[in-house]
Amino acid sequence: MEPIVEIKDLRVEYRNRALGQATKVAVDGLSLSVHKGEVFGFLGPNGAGKTTTMNVLLGFVNATSGNASLFGVNVREPIARQRIGYLPEMTYYYKFLTAEELLRFYAKVFGIPRSEADKRIDRLLKLVELEAVRKRTIKSYSKGMQQRVGLAQALINDPDLLILDEPTSGLDPIGRMKVREIIQRLKNEGKTVFFSSHELGEVETVCDRVAILHQGKLMVEGRVNELMQKYQCNLEQIFLQIIGYQQPARP
Amino acid sequence: MNTIPALARVVLKELYRRKDFYVLFILTALVTLLMALANLLNDNKIAGYVKEVCLLLIWISTLAMAVGTTARQIPAECENRTIFPLLAKPVTRAHVVVGKFLGCWLACGIALACFYLFLGVISSSYEHELRALNYLEAFWMHWMFLAVAIAMVLFGSVIFAASSSNATICLVIIIGVFLVGGHLDQVAIGRPEPYRTGISLIYYVLPHLDWFDLRNLLVVQTGLVDMADCALASLYAAAYAAFFLFAAWLAFRRKALNT
Repeated sequence: MEPIVEIKDLRVEYRNRALGQATKVAVDGLSLSVHKGEVFGFLGPNGAGKTTTMNVLLGFVNATSGNASLFGVNVREPIARQRIGYLPEMTYYYKFLTAEELLRFYAKVFGIPRSEADKRIDRLLKLVELEAVRKRTIKSYSKGMQQRVGLAQALINDPDLLILDEPTSGLDPIGRMKVREIIQRLKNEGKTVFFSSHELGEVETVCDRVAILHQGKLMVEGRVNELMQKYQCNLEQIFLQIIGYQQPARP
Repeated sequence: MNTIPALARVVLKELYRRKDFYVLFILTALVTLLMALANLLNDNKIAGYVKEVCLLLIWISTLAMAVGTTARQIPAECENRTIFPLLAKPVTRAHVVVGKFLGCWLACGIALACFYLFLGVISSSYEHELRALNYLEAFWMHWMFLAVAIAMVLFGSVIFAASSSNATICLVIIIGVFLVGGHLDQVAIGRPEPYRTGISLIYYVLPHLDWFDLRNLLVVQTGLVDMADCALASLYAAAYAAFFLFAAWLAFRRKALNT
């Protein structure tokens, strides 16, 4: 079976324009694949290369070398993004639009017919519990509400693959629980989810497989339960071990 | 094909929610008031003079609106990072450039139509004749001029770092080309070589924005401009607008988005 996400020997370099400054390698020889119906956790400390990899998958950044494809289509082709939904870490939406208008705009971008778009907008606003405020502009929403609008826009095209960049960042415990529930529901529907997070407990709960990146390199990849069995500890401790974190000695 | 109209609609919504348009409508009211005043004086000379001032006001305000709104479109997408969820959809940078252009051009067209409509109605009330075709022609050519200006500013918005500097530079260039561009051939005649060739070359390369200005024809009440000439001028504007949009796309395609 062809993987949904396939990354082969990916290398991304950022050239520093300042004279004498070395080129920064953000991702170094990364290879991984995500299969249909999997919830894949993409982990690593800040600066590990997670967001850069996601940016390559979304076509924002070009790889220096190597290949990345979605549904077997090179990520540089816009059509590769027809069947994906993307939720950025922060809420980057047109704040002068209402939630309904925003969803209608993205529905148009995907070429969804009006009657079908109406149904999906109603269903998604209900799912993210924003039905009551659908006519209010996004600028009047709280952070949690804006994040939920983000989740709704990521689902407007009924995507087969969801790319979520720290989806619970900045949310309160109830908001986090709701996002987890939605991810679980998507998993049950057979959707593939590729997400980065620093909340390792959450990753342990919802992910089938994880990959841990450190300084642009893939350190470990595998099924969550197998990794926990192998290392005889929870995911947080595995993570700390792999990135070489030394716990300070107690006085 | 849905992407470009959808993007243009968002630009229109942003403009009327940001209330930029209302400033222009107040200006329109001012224009109407001036015309009504001239009508009361019942002096054709003064009425003609006021009409000229009103038309100048229309040109200045629509140019300011076109430059101001277009200059901030793409930089605002990048600064507010709304470009990321947008480009994560099957949307290309070419769609963004063309959608933004279309939105700004339509918005300016709506404002322009309101201005000309007010001016036409008030003028015809004391001129006792409805010169609808003259106003339509003047409006169309003015809108074509704005197409070139908007495309140029859009190109500037992916080249210059700040939207304010882009707006200022583009405004200076557009006004300079509009006022001086048409006289460069005369300037070239009196110059020695190689300046003559150089200035002549600039004369032919620069868009002749002054061709789109039909204000005099509205004030002195001459006949219509030949339709064929109008069509050729429109094609000329379309070619320059397409050139600037292509250049904008090339520059935007290479532009790194700071994530």
